[in-house]
Amino acid sequence: MILLLFIFTLAAFLGFELISKVPSQLHTPLMSGSNAISGITIVGALVATAGTANSTFATVLGAAALVLATINVIGGYMVTDRMLAMFKKKGDK
Amino acid sequence: MNPSIVNFVYIVASVLFIFGIKMLGKAETARKGNAISAVGMLIAVVVTLFDRQILDFADAYSWAILGGSLALGVIIGAFAAKKVKMTSMPEMVALLNGFGGLASLLVGWADYYFKAVANSAAVDTFTKIATVAAVVIGGITFTGSVYAWGKLSGKISGRAKVYAGQKLVNGFVALVTLVAAISFSAWPDSNIAYYALIASVVLSLLLGVVAVMPIGGGDMPVVISLLNSLSGLAASAAGFVIQNNVLIVAGCLVGASGVILTVIMCKSMNRTLGNVLFSGFGSSSSKGAQKVDGEMKAISTDDAYYVLEAAQNVVFIPGYGMAVAQAQHAVKELAEILENNGAEVNFAIHPVAGRMPGHMNVLLAEADVPYEQLKEMEEANRILETADVAIVIGANDVVNPAAAEDKGSPIYGMPIIEAFKAKTVFALKRGKGTGFSGLENSLFFRPNTRMIYGDAKATVNELVSKFKDK
Repeated sequence: MILLLFIFTLAAFLGFELISKVPSQLHTPLMSGSNAISGITIVGALVATAGTANSTFATVLGAAALVLATINVIGGYMVTDRMLAMFKKKGDK
Repeated sequence: MNPSIVNFVYIVASVLFIFGIKMLGKAETARKGNAISAVGMLIAVVVTLFDRQILDFADAYSWAILGGSLALGVIIGAFAAKKVKMTSMPEMVALLNGFGGLASLLVGWADYYFKAVANSAAVDTFTKIATVAAVVIGGITFTGSVYAWGKLSGKISGRAKVYAGQKLVNGFVALVTLVAAISFSAWPDSNIAYYALIASVVLSLLLGVVAVMPIGGGDMPVVISLLNSLSGLAASAAGFVIQNNVLIVAGCLVGASGVILTVIMCKSMNRTLGNVLFSGFGSSSSKGAQKVDGEMKAISTDDAYYVLEAAQNVVFIPGYGMAVAQAQHAVKELAEILENNGAEVNFAIHPVAGRMPGHMNVLLAEADVPYEQLKEMEEANRILETADVAIVIGANDVVNPAAAEDKGSPIYGMPIIEAFKAKTVFALKRGKGTGFSGLENSLFFRPNTRMIYGDAKATVNELVSKFKDK
């Protein structure tokens, strides 16, 4: 448990350091790209769905979480890619 | 699969996320960064499927549920991502973010229900705290995001909704939510604790709505960024619940970087986060602001054409109105014609123009405007000093001189694009209404400003055809 908190704290500092200087044109893709990463809860949903076979209600909750998290992940990455594909320099095609 | 292999792969996935976010911060590497973080996500999911915890319990029935849910999510997510219009991107991100929050809520709920209610197992206090954190933060993220989505897509009014005693009510809801969360964490009896958890679910959903209600549509970018940060924290809390490192790390990365992004946005409006969240900004028109004298003078596209034809230096200042009118392609065409006509053409992008930071950049990039022409505020203001014509397309508050001049104005102090410095200002606008903040814009009353009323796309197209006819 202490170890988990330790990891959490380090990750927080890393996160603060990662994006100090981002040009404003990239704010939207950055937001949507990190939004896709927060879909990592998909892993939690997998565990919650599969590990609860003897309780139908828990499985239903888990499956709903899985569908939503998957939409978040797939939609998030694809939307971000669509946006970034549009940034090109003059003359690029 | 050996748990240490699983954890090792989770470490690899975490590293990929870190590189992904880092690379997303640079224009040249952003697309690759997104792909790298997607690979991290993929291997995290695949290794989880092979995890002992899942294989041991899974029979054909639960594999069908897993496969079915994944497939359904992939189809809906891919379909939505393909179909969504570039102009509706902010709403889309808000909605996706809400889904992520709700997923974390459900993970926490399912975990506790399975352990304590279905199998009467003891759950330690630390796990309970993490559970209720995932539930409450996830719940606020969900309804807050959906409410923001409604405001952005125009399904509900973008105006801030304030009423007497609102802060008291919101504070009360927050307090009761906290009491429910603490009761859940502290109560030894699992049945009573479960009721407290259900209460936390309902209250957090309510809290998301009441918290976003008093925030005006113009501040939605900040809200979405903050909610994005929260959905990361909710995922991180869910990671503590199921003792999973990759959830903790990835969720926390998003949480922390989201906070930084939120602060950057607030700074560009010269406001504090507290002011954005609690001031009810944009609820009434011109409270305490000076009355604007003079009248708005309209100009026909014929006359505007002659001015543009002679212009040597033109700056476009796009705002949300350009997105609404879907005018970006027409604008790009006009910009090209002006360039061929010998004029220097630039685009002045305010950091919070539109409904998300960088919203205008995305739209103009869609229309193939090279990003060297997109100038950030400081540089744009230098160019504007010598500009012949500034064309304001559906932007309002970000060009309002009151921010620099009128101490009574609620947006006083916000850095603006100084459109008024140009020799002539054309403002393309649908009507005489106020901007998203509900403020009258004194720029439109200045002697060097001419209004061109009508749909921005139609107006720009008219100007384009006038150039082509000559």
